[in-house]
Amino acid sequence: MQNIIDVQGLKKEFKSFSSRSGLKGAFRDLFTRNYTIKTAVDDISFTIKKGEMVGYIGENGAGKSTSIKMLTGILTPTDGKIVVNGMNPHKEREKFVKTIGVVFGQRSQLWWDIAVQESFRLLKKIYNVPDQQYEEHMKDVIETLDIGPLLDKPVRKLSLGQRMRCELAAALIHNPPLLFLDEPTIGLDVLVKLRIREFLKRINEKYGTTILLTTHDLSDIEALCERVVMLDEGKIIYDGPLKELRENWAEGKQIQFQFSEEATLEELQHLTQEHLVVWEKGESDLVWVASVEADETVISGVIGKVTAAKKIADLKILEISTEEIIRNIYVEGAVRHG
Amino acid sequence: MGKYIEMIRIRFLMMLAYRTNYYSGILIYSINIGAYYFLWSAIYGGKENIQGLSITQMTTYIAVAWMARAFYFNNIDREIAMEIKEGKVAVEMVRPYPYLNMKMMQGLGEGIFRLLFFSVPGMIIVALVFPIELSTNASTWLLFFLSITFSFIINTQINLLAGIATFFLFNNDGLIRAKRVVIDLFSGLILPLSFYPMWAQNVMSYLPFQGISYIPSMIFTEGFKGSQIYEALLNQAIWSLLLIIPVYGLWILAKRQLVVQGG
Ligand SMILES: Nc1ncnc2c1ncn2[C@@H]1O[C@H](COP(=O)(O)OP(=O)(O)OP(=O)(O)O)[C@@H](O)[C@H]1O
Ligand SMILES: [Mg+2]
Repeated sequence: MQNIIDVQGLKKEFKSFSSRSGLKGAFRDLFTRNYTIKTAVDDISFTIKKGEMVGYIGENGAGKSTSIKMLTGILTPTDGKIVVNGMNPHKEREKFVKTIGVVFGQRSQLWWDIAVQESFRLLKKIYNVPDQQYEEHMKDVIETLDIGPLLDKPVRKLSLGQRMRCELAAALIHNPPLLFLDEPTIGLDVLVKLRIREFLKRINEKYGTTILLTTHDLSDIEALCERVVMLDEGKIIYDGPLKELRENWAEGKQIQFQFSEEATLEELQHLTQEHLVVWEKGESDLVWVASVEADETVISGVIGKVTAAKKIADLKILEISTEEIIRNIYVEGAVRHG
Repeated sequence: MGKYIEMIRIRFLMMLAYRTNYYSGILIYSINIGAYYFLWSAIYGGKENIQGLSITQMTTYIAVAWMARAFYFNNIDREIAMEIKEGKVAVEMVRPYPYLNMKMMQGLGEGIFRLLFFSVPGMIIVALVFPIELSTNASTWLLFFLSITFSFIINTQINLLAGIATFFLFNNDGLIRAKRVVIDLFSGLILPLSFYPMWAQNVMSYLPFQGISYIPSMIFTEGFKGSQIYEALLNQAIWSLLLIIPVYGLWILAKRQLVVQGG
């Protein structure tokens, strides 16, 4: 299948000027200014195919928004090559932006003082959407996002969640084949998040819309994206299936025992001395967690030894959550490959 | 084309939502016109005319200059500066339209609103209070409207220049304020240019500012006659075209070094 996004050796440097102190310093600033160069995006390359939903993740300041701004033609790259929808975003800006939809979670693109539907009407004119296509498509969008009752309210009177659903609808007025979402679920409650996820899945299935999404909420990624691109200090440190990331990192498993009689650390260590186990006390005196290798003989061995010696009320085998995996990666700053 | 008309309509609607702000504006403009009227009455004393303008023409000049200002004046320089500072240009850059043209249309929506809700009622009030002579000649009105259209274009282009300068200076409040004073002074809003010393008039004839206020007001008061009118309109038309060059030049440079603030 064809590549919707093709990025090669993309780089963005920001020059930030610093002021010298004092009057003399200010005077010197007039002639020569001190500046430092910050490389926000450092030589990244990737491609995205039609219909993919890709999660673009990384710590604060990793360079996610900067990359998105270059991909959408807002910023000029310092270096590198970008082809999106077969065009150079910055060079052919006006033609290019007709083929994409963008939502910046932290920034409204609706007009603040006028009713939502007036904004929609203006956008319809701007994107030159024919009446019939607009009616059909937007009716569906408005229904799925449940924003019908909000349409005649001015944007400034909407709550964050209400506004965000309208923003999403606004980004889709021209039904673009490619959607960029920069933190679309920031500050939203669980129900609104769920609705937005459902909606994104739906348009992805219905129209084959390609979606690139940044978020700090990994459950968004888990719900939507099969593939993640992980950025750290402007470099891509992982690009691949979310599943593989989990498998390579979630090597261990945790077995949680709830005993019906008291247990001590020495006792438990003694019981499982032939395996490599780390015991930790859980929420109460009766709950203990054994962290072990994800190996069947080890898991059944530990469970067998413990249950033979002590009465248990409950037993759970826990997987390490994606959240924990990502946290570990952020802490280590690199990805091990399997 | 449809998108431009829609944008004018939207801006008009926005202004309508805040129309009460404008009632006080009418009062302020009327007071201004009144103050200048009394000042000029004192200056004229018993004299029939000064620099070719009678006292009635002078009063009309002042009134029409202020009312025309309501049409050509807009705040898009400030708006552009704010959009840059707050990083809102990011949103503008993902829209399939030329940013500057759209800003100009927003200015036009604002201007049309003020012309209808501000200048017309304001002019009626002022005409009731002060001795003003409104031309009954249809062609004068026509030429006047043509002329204030050019005023709008020239003034807006200068505003665009001041706004785009934010890309380079980042904080250009001072520049915008200075620009405003220069325009009020050199455009002939406060004093008809024929009252300036000869050398100053010479200098100003090479600048675009007279096209903003002096020319339309002189046409309206019939201070310009015959070929003078057409020369003046030609001057405005040339400036309207000429200013496109620095506006686009600066814009191309600005886009290249655009830095969007905020995540
Ligand atoms: N206009 C700018 N001038 C200078 N440095 C900038 C500018 N914009 C961003 N940066 C720097 O570039 C780096 C990447 O910023 P970016 O906004 O892309 O991060 P991000 O991954 O989106 O982070 P977050 O998750 O916090 O939104 C940061 O270190 C930031 O300080
Ligand atoms: Mg960001």
